[in-house]
Amino acid sequence: MIPISTGSEWTFDLIAEYDAAIREVAVDEFKLDVYPIQLEVITAEQMMDAYSSVGMPVNYHHWSFGKHFVATEKSYKRGQMGLAYEIVINSSPCIAYLMEENSATMQALVIAHAAYGHNSFFKGNYLFRAWTDASDIVDYLMFAKQYIGQCEERYGISAVEELLDSCHALMNYGVDRYKRPEKLSLAQEKARQTEREQYLQTQVNDLWRTIPKRERDAGAHAAQRFPSEPQENLLYFIEKAAPLLEPWQREIVRIVRKIAQYFYPQRQTQVMNEGWATFWHYTILTRLYDKGLVTDGFMMEFLQSHTNVVAQPPVTSNWYSGINPYALGFAMFQDIRRICEAPTDEDRAWFPDIAGTPWRDTLEFAMKNFKDESFISQYLSPKLIRDFHFFALRDDDRDDKLEISAIHDEEGYRKVRELLADQYNLGSREPNIQVWSVNMRKDRCLTLRHTMHNRRPLDRGSACEVLKHIARLWGFDVRLESVDTDGSVREHFEIKAPAETMAY
Amino acid sequence: MANIIDRRLNGKNKSAVNRERFLRRFKGQIKDAVAKAIKGRSITDIESGETISIPVKDISEPAFRHGKGGVWEPVHPGNQEFVKGDRLPRPQGGGGGGSGSGKASQDGEGEDAFAFELSREEFMNVFFDDLALPNLVKTQLTGITEMKTVRAGFTNDGTPANINIVRSLRGALSRRIAMAAPTLTELDESEEELDELMESGMEADLDMRERRRRIHMLREKLAAIPFIDPFDLRYNNRVKQPTPSSQAVMFCLMDVSGSMDEQKKDMAKRFFILLYLFLQRTYDKIELVFIRHHTSAVEVNEHDFFHSRESGGTVVSSALNLMKEVVQKRYAGSEWNIYAAQASDGDNWDSDSANCARILETALIPVCQYYAYIEITEGEPQNLWYEYLKVKDAHKHFAMQKIRSAADIYPVFRELFKKQQGVSK
Repeated sequence: MIPISTGSEWTFDLIAEYDAAIREVAVDEFKLDVYPIQLEVITAEQMMDAYSSVGMPVNYHHWSFGKHFVATEKSYKRGQMGLAYEIVINSSPCIAYLMEENSATMQALVIAHAAYGHNSFFKGNYLFRAWTDASDIVDYLMFAKQYIGQCEERYGISAVEELLDSCHALMNYGVDRYKRPEKLSLAQEKARQTEREQYLQTQVNDLWRTIPKRERDAGAHAAQRFPSEPQENLLYFIEKAAPLLEPWQREIVRIVRKIAQYFYPQRQTQVMNEGWATFWHYTILTRLYDKGLVTDGFMMEFLQSHTNVVAQPPVTSNWYSGINPYALGFAMFQDIRRICEAPTDEDRAWFPDIAGTPWRDTLEFAMKNFKDESFISQYLSPKLIRDFHFFALRDDDRDDKLEISAIHDEEGYRKVRELLADQYNLGSREPNIQVWSVNMRKDRCLTLRHTMHNRRPLDRGSACEVLKHIARLWGFDVRLESVDTDGSVREHFEIKAPAETMAY
Repeated sequence: MANIIDRRLNGKNKSAVNRERFLRRFKGQIKDAVAKAIKGRSITDIESGETISIPVKDISEPAFRHGKGGVWEPVHPGNQEFVKGDRLPRPQGGGGGGSGSGKASQDGEGEDAFAFELSREEFMNVFFDDLALPNLVKTQLTGITEMKTVRAGFTNDGTPANINIVRSLRGALSRRIAMAAPTLTELDESEEELDELMESGMEADLDMRERRRRIHMLREKLAAIPFIDPFDLRYNNRVKQPTPSSQAVMFCLMDVSGSMDEQKKDMAKRFFILLYLFLQRTYDKIELVFIRHHTSAVEVNEHDFFHSRESGGTVVSSALNLMKEVVQKRYAGSEWNIYAAQASDGDNWDSDSANCARILETALIPVCQYYAYIEITEGEPQNLWYEYLKVKDAHKHFAMQKIRSAADIYPVFRELFKKQQGVSK
């Protein structure tokens, strides 16, 4: 076979040839199921633009994106940071960006990594299937941008900006974790939007019903709670129940909530997503080499870049900044393949279900049905724990010393695996905060409840800032209680309603 | 097959709006940072952008997160010597808690500054935001006295000095060709007839004589066509167009008597720098005149102006007189916009103050676009201040301020050049 290219320069024809060769390996040989692919060649500046709008091709305007842009631009210009060579968008067609500055090898790497690796993950993983609708996201963002732009014209940039600030502060609390959402669909959104605006306002709720309809039943209703059950989706609750919001404000809350929902799967599948894409670029390009389609020089350049990506500095290193999701994810998928193809006795004991099975099917199953937390607790093998030299460090504020609670030995494998999995559990990573109650009889004070996990307190400073935002949205006083597992209130925060509410 | 699209030619400044939003949002902090930067700059170093830092906590986007405390049990890679049950001292600086996801340090608060580059333009815009030179707009839009003559084609009349020779002769030539054409045709015909008659050899004396007479007449007629005619003359046309004057002179007047110490001079310098910066934005060309004075005034270069120190008393009018002379000698006429900035600690020889006010009113204020006076003093105003106050009441483009510390300079500057109502629009 003649190599596709020998130099480092790329051309559009070369990209097309690489794409065709990669597709042959990925789709025909390895049966990856992918969305249609759109490769877009862009410049470094455009890459920075893409960066700062969280990778989305269109997005509404907000200063925080400008802040990211300014920061990215600064560190890029000073050479402190190279631009990541890939951004890929979970949409159909799946858009992958190729940066002009990259060599032919890097373009091939990005195509394999993003356009086939990430793409197939987006299409296959259950979280993405349940939470996002790839074919509609770009349209929805267009709609959001237009709508917010119109609001800016009508109500002023500042009013919209303040509202967005407040919503962004709650972005991580705009998701129903346990309830399957409806998919985003632009057509439905639009059709329902106008209707909703009018209807919502009439619905705003029990809060305005100051005169009980039936005086006699007052006693029975007095004890009724609102909301009747704690609500985990703060943005949804605000959208539906905040008494003073205007219809357009509710719509913007909804937009932020919908976009938060779109990113929710990504936050939960970092290790898997990057691991999967890295596994495939490695597997595909190695296969191309076996077929003689790429040169030794190509492989050297590719492997150098690949090694950097999957490097995991040890905890003692100056470069250590947590576990590298690329490293862990790549190692795990490689390891699953190893267990399928060449299991040891240990593997047979630990993974009787998969040891010796066809690796491609096992990998596909793992990719489709897990998120980081469950993926790790299911598939992290003792061998990997040993390879990474994982250990757990117990830090209890009631103990004056730190304690090594488990290491990579027979006794510690399960504990390390369990703890590492928990580290990727959004529920324990982020404080668990829910809407607890609204005082409907008096001051409409909103009470939120933070259920403490392992006695971990909230960070006071940021909590107060976020509460100010909530008070701005809610329009009345807001209270937050930190509740220990035994039900006692450990700490509470209170924010008065802003003197000047957002309502007009 | 993948769809490959070349997007490189699409606009690259997609983030421009967001960047502008960011600047707008943190206008206050950015302005403070710019004001701080100005203090550290020298007068020659104003034409560049600036790295601006604003406190991270001002621009952070808050979100609920865990604080320190409680139980954490993170997993780390790279164990070397630990075994289960090892107990380690807690690292100082609170590294232990909160590192659950390994990200806490990244978005932790800290007192770091968020630094970024402001382009020169943005820097200047922030600095001069909502400032405008008093009367500047007026001078440019209504009070134009400077006229410039520009070419505007050719006309049929004018003074002989403006005759355009090429154009005139070209006109003359074409006129001659045009006027001669019918006569020449007739002449050719007559000569041909004459030749025919002569060749025929017939005796037709009468006819021939007639032809000759006619040819002669036609020749005379041709000769009578004038080489040049008043009708041919073309004159260069010049019209006068009003042009805004684009040059300014800035007078820096400073008291360097014993009572002006280094700190006060430093403050005065900053005041001059700010005025200079502002003029530079408005005018193509600015000349600087430095006049320092104690009991007598002298024009000096910039270095001497700021760095030498004299002792003795103070006669402010000496500087004003010198400025008056310099204006008359070098900056007379309407092509110069004259600005003056005077800094002093307020000391003056008592009977001189009234004199100063008189010079200002009669000689300087009428020729100046703007005259600014700052008094750098901790104490009570003295009689110079009171005399100047009277001037201020009478003239809109005279301004005065008292400043006490370096921190007052920026606000004073703004005050001095605050948009005057009715002028800006």
